[in-house]
Amino acid sequence: MARAFTPKIVTANDLFEGDVIYLRADGTWSREHGDAAVAQTQERADELLAVAQAQQDVQIGAYLADAELGADGRPLPIHFREAFRTRGPSNYHHGKQAQA
Amino acid sequence: MYSYSEFDEGYVRERVRKFRSQVERRIDGSLTEDEFKPLRLMNGLYLQLHAYMLRVAIPYGTINPAQMRQLADIADKWDKGYGHFTTRQNIQFNWPKLKDVPDMLDALADVGMHAIQTSGNCIRNVTADHFAGAAADEIEDPRPTAELLRQWSTDHPEFTFLPRKFKVAITGSPNDRAVTKAHDIGLRMVRNEAGEPGYEVIVGGGLGRTPMVGKVVREFLPKIDLLPYLEAILQVYNLSGRRDNKYKARIKILVHETGLDEIKTRIEAAFEAQKKHFRGPEPSLVAAIEAAFSQPELDPPVMSISLDTPVRDPLLESWIDTNVSEHKVPGAAIVTVSLKPIGGTPGDATSDQMRVLADLAERYSHNELRVSHEQNIILPHVYRADLPAIHAALREAGMATANVGLISDIIACPGMDYCALATARSIPIAQEISQRFEDIRVQKDIGPLKIKISGCINACGHHHVGHIGILGLDKAGVESYQLTLGGDGTQTATIGTRTGPGFAADEIIPAVERLIDAYLGLRESRDETFLEAYRRVGMEPFKAALYSEAKAHAA
Repeated sequence: MARAFTPKIVTANDLFEGDVIYLRADGTWSREHGDAAVAQTQERADELLAVAQAQQDVQIGAYLADAELGADGRPLPIHFREAFRTRGPSNYHHGKQAQA
Repeated sequence: MYSYSEFDEGYVRERVRKFRSQVERRIDGSLTEDEFKPLRLMNGLYLQLHAYMLRVAIPYGTINPAQMRQLADIADKWDKGYGHFTTRQNIQFNWPKLKDVPDMLDALADVGMHAIQTSGNCIRNVTADHFAGAAADEIEDPRPTAELLRQWSTDHPEFTFLPRKFKVAITGSPNDRAVTKAHDIGLRMVRNEAGEPGYEVIVGGGLGRTPMVGKVVREFLPKIDLLPYLEAILQVYNLSGRRDNKYKARIKILVHETGLDEIKTRIEAAFEAQKKHFRGPEPSLVAAIEAAFSQPELDPPVMSISLDTPVRDPLLESWIDTNVSEHKVPGAAIVTVSLKPIGGTPGDATSDQMRVLADLAERYSHNELRVSHEQNIILPHVYRADLPAIHAALREAGMATANVGLISDIIACPGMDYCALATARSIPIAQEISQRFEDIRVQKDIGPLKIKISGCINACGHHHVGHIGILGLDKAGVESYQLTLGGDGTQTATIGTRTGPGFAADEIIPAVERLIDAYLGLRESRDETFLEAYRRVGMEPFKAALYSEAKAHAA
């Protein structure tokens, strides 16, 4: 039996600011993980990644990250690295956590 | 100290001008990231987890007050008001914006600094003993050689695309404070039978994925032969080093796979060929460099504090005990300013603290500062009589932690709080250990102990040579920490041995506590250090302390 597909989102760093960004369904970028378009199939994930990678003048290093859907239907990170990327460093109140 | 020549100045300015144009072209879309990435890395600009990071070179860890002030201004103007001093004696700014980086580099060039060769497969910043020129045990100041190597290696046309990065460390003392045996090339000053100073040349050391202690390829190399000899080593490496596998591309793998004798033969052959073409640096150039590093005229007041004089202030006394080292001139001293406050981030200094350090260097340390690979700052030439005033100023600036060489003087890489390569966090582990052992009396009772933490196998936190090494890993999606014991980064360099299975983030601090309890219980006296005790009793008692209790909990 094929393993269940883990939903994916596309994330990258912003070319100018260097901070973490997430790809929305309309191909634009958000600073919020919850705004990311969620791919429920590998085909859709590949499609989203291609949309992101075409935007060389905006993002750096776009990749697919595993996500799960929260109670509100918005995606949440699964891996701790992705969770850290939604917040910023743990030693100072810098990065996204300071902008929230 | 050495200041840039007109040549250096012109070269650095030209690089900034080029990089400015490259950044403009990246921003307007004429350069892709694939094209731009090698260019930005050549100028020290990395992309990390949350932002760009600019790594600035501090050659052989020597920096003057004007430069330190400029770093403070850069931190305030283009970053978040602090900088992170690294285990390679560099400084990193964690939050620059792409468009600002050329301005930051221009500001650095204003004080003779740059970010060149802080990345890429080239000869990196040459590191040196942070007590160079001041240490009581030194044969000669190694920094004139380090500066010569900087000039030789900067933009060296043959060695710009090596199989992998290449790191050189140098010390002028028999007591190795520069971890020379864990570098691609380590140079240790020694004397020959005639009493002349020269270098013992060590090749193929390194930490990372495959940790190795470097091997001696030449027991005594006359100083005059240094450049052609290093050129020969680099030639052998450049031609034979593996380029098929990034993880096997460092010279340590070449030495390991080829064998020491064969490597020596190849180096000596290349050296013989090289020597014929290499007249060596102009004597006038060498003399000028040496003059630039001449020791400041020290004239300590006769009435000075010695360690024998009772000191009234117990905090001052405690700080002198741990943070002050013997200087080659009696009545003078070396101060190590700890950047490891309890609960703080190892190696971080705020812009205000940098300015205080610059002021103190100007007022008390003959305009010199050093960055140590242990992520502290050194005031190398102070008078003992000034120690109370220096201590008072440091206290006011939150930099008087009296813990150098103790359990809370921890090396930690930035780990997954910043670094894109990290597999787990390091900083919070360092913070928690220092908090757990906050009481300075407890720390002093435990005695000399080096804990070193890396957030991935690349080992920027030198965990392999920590008496206690901690390596953060990703174990099935959870941060996990592996312990090594018995590592040593000095002249008796040893790679630490793994204790066994790793510990979860909430188990690692109790595990370190159990190690310390075990040590306190088994040491023969207060004089037997953790490392000595480990060498005497071996792994077993520590393993028992670590794992039998864990098993009992699990049962």
